[in-house]
Amino acid sequence: MTLIYLILAFSIAIVLFVNKNKAINLSLIIIFVILQWIYTIYACYHFKTTDLEYFTFDSLGILLLITLSIISIPAMIHSYIYIRINGDTPQSKGIYFAAITGLITAISAGYLSNHIAVTWIFTELTTLCASALIYHHRNKLALEATWKYVFICAISITFIFIGILFLSLSLQHAGSEDLSFQNLLSNVDKLNPFWLQLAFLFIFTGFTAKLGLVPMFTAGIDAKDNAPGPAAALLSTVLMNLGFIGIFRFYIVIANTSLHHWANLVIGIAAFLSIFVATVYMIKVKNIKRMFAYSGIEHMGLVMLGIAAGGVGYYAAVLHIVLHAFVKSSMFFQYNQLYNVFKTKSIYHIGNYFKFNPTGAMVLLSGFICVTAMPPSGLFVSEFMIFSSLFSANHIIVLLLVLLLLTMIIWAFGKNIFKILFIPSIGFNETNVVYTSRWESLTQIILLAGSIYLGLNPPAKFVQLINESIMQLPL
Amino acid sequence: MIDVLLITFLITLFYMAIANRLLTYINVLALQGVLLFFVVFLQLNEISTLNLVFILLETIIFKSIAVPIFLAYVLKRNNITREAEPFLPNFVSLIITTIIVVATILLANVIEDTHLDKIFFVVALSTLFVGLYIIATRRKIITHVMGYMVIENGVFVLSLAVGNEMPMLVNLGIMLDIFASVLILGIFLNKIGDVFKNIDVNQLSNLKDY
Repeated sequence: MTLIYLILAFSIAIVLFVNKNKAINLSLIIIFVILQWIYTIYACYHFKTTDLEYFTFDSLGILLLITLSIISIPAMIHSYIYIRINGDTPQSKGIYFAAITGLITAISAGYLSNHIAVTWIFTELTTLCASALIYHHRNKLALEATWKYVFICAISITFIFIGILFLSLSLQHAGSEDLSFQNLLSNVDKLNPFWLQLAFLFIFTGFTAKLGLVPMFTAGIDAKDNAPGPAAALLSTVLMNLGFIGIFRFYIVIANTSLHHWANLVIGIAAFLSIFVATVYMIKVKNIKRMFAYSGIEHMGLVMLGIAAGGVGYYAAVLHIVLHAFVKSSMFFQYNQLYNVFKTKSIYHIGNYFKFNPTGAMVLLSGFICVTAMPPSGLFVSEFMIFSSLFSANHIIVLLLVLLLLTMIIWAFGKNIFKILFIPSIGFNETNVVYTSRWESLTQIILLAGSIYLGLNPPAKFVQLINESIMQLPL
Repeated sequence: MIDVLLITFLITLFYMAIANRLLTYINVLALQGVLLFFVVFLQLNEISTLNLVFILLETIIFKSIAVPIFLAYVLKRNNITREAEPFLPNFVSLIITTIIVVATILLANVIEDTHLDKIFFVVALSTLFVGLYIIATRRKIITHVMGYMVIENGVFVLSLAVGNEMPMLVNLGIMLDIFASVLILGIFLNKIGDVFKNIDVNQLSNLKDY
């Protein structure tokens, strides 16, 4: 099935790329979404089986695959609206949709792969597709962002590859040559710690480019700023999750060795620095899209902090990453309608959004509440658990500092959001404002409501999936 | 013999650190490709012939012919000036390169591992860091690309060290090589040269937070 899915999805992408006909374009997109869902449902029914040797439908993979499939529907809808309003040529429309289908396919395959080299290959593919999306506007700024993104990602995938080489050296001590995560776990006692340490450093650094953590977060910010809104929603949620899954699966291996503490220290430092950097930039950022992107860095920092703290933090980290995907993508989807009204990204020139689109303004307001983890947001639950895990791991000083930084982030975020919602911008010409249908906000409301529901009243199946995905970690 | 080739490879790094002209960089990259060709030929004697031929072809055709020709074409097409324009004087570059190499040798001395030929480790790691150093200290975007190619070569050397046991990793490295080079050079050829005429990294600072 995986093979059929990959072949079909990539051939849909190729046909989208060459096709110039509107009707074929639309029907292909619908076919792709249906295919994506068929594959997801197939994966659910074949839970814990291995397909095509390198793909296992395990709990974490399934969880994130379902998240991806849910987000891919509004992503396609909003992309379609975006392209229609923007009046793109059939050619650039074809490239856009081909890239977005390729991206979703590569991410799905990356989630499910049980072999570190296969994950790596699909991470590489996402770079290609993402660069086409970032360059969609074909202007100087987009070019600069694309160049930076491609270059940093090229270096980061090289780093991951070096990490894999060191891992293979480490594995040779165990007399084995199979780099699948399962085999690594079963040989965990015989791995050479020195090479494992080097491998972890390189693989972690490499995946931070996708995850959006210090040290390689910069390219992702420029990318999300310049990619069209719906594409940025994918880049800042599901693509980040791919970086997370890459690090997390390898972390499970290293957590079962004597290097567990050392790895926690590395992750903890990177996570804390990410939150710090996000705070510094959030305070002065005046570009709304970059603000959302920096907020993503903060959340990824929190997730990795939960991992570093251990205990209930593991559960909270997986929960947080799923809920964050829903919340942040809905913010990015709403951004496009905001842009249609004000035609600018700068917060200086945006204001009094409630007057022009009350439904959209409500989405922004509730999105703000959700993303800053105020109750009843689902993220509140996961953040609370992360804090309690930090508390029980005796990292009181870290906890206090993080709380302080988060307060500053909430202040900066709130200042900008309330300016957008209530304070009229000076010199804005209100006569030519484009009317936005309130139905365009429907998907965002559903996503936000879903995140609140999953956080406050998680279904038993959902809890079970998270628990199974962290099962192999030591307490 | 492999040792001689790898040490020659190290020497090319020193040469690159003090090279002034961009054409010299391209020539050194081509030479590195040829050196890697012979290293592959001597080192990978346990893998299947077909795979060996594929790897050999990649080193000689891609690394030492296609990429240098392509880079030279880009230079000519965009009328890039001949100097590399480093931020630091060549003398400092030489010192730093030496420090990098010495540090990796010291690091390699600490390792006690029978599975690894240490010279591969030293050459690979120092190539990696010299590549990063070249990227960080040169002003033109095209030298960044060349620095990246140097890093790729370093990674390739490292993959050769485990190549006999896991030929799949060498193939993966080649895939990375071709994929990333085509992506980076493709963007470079198509767009960067046309839009940013002088091709200076200082021009790439328009993305701001406000």
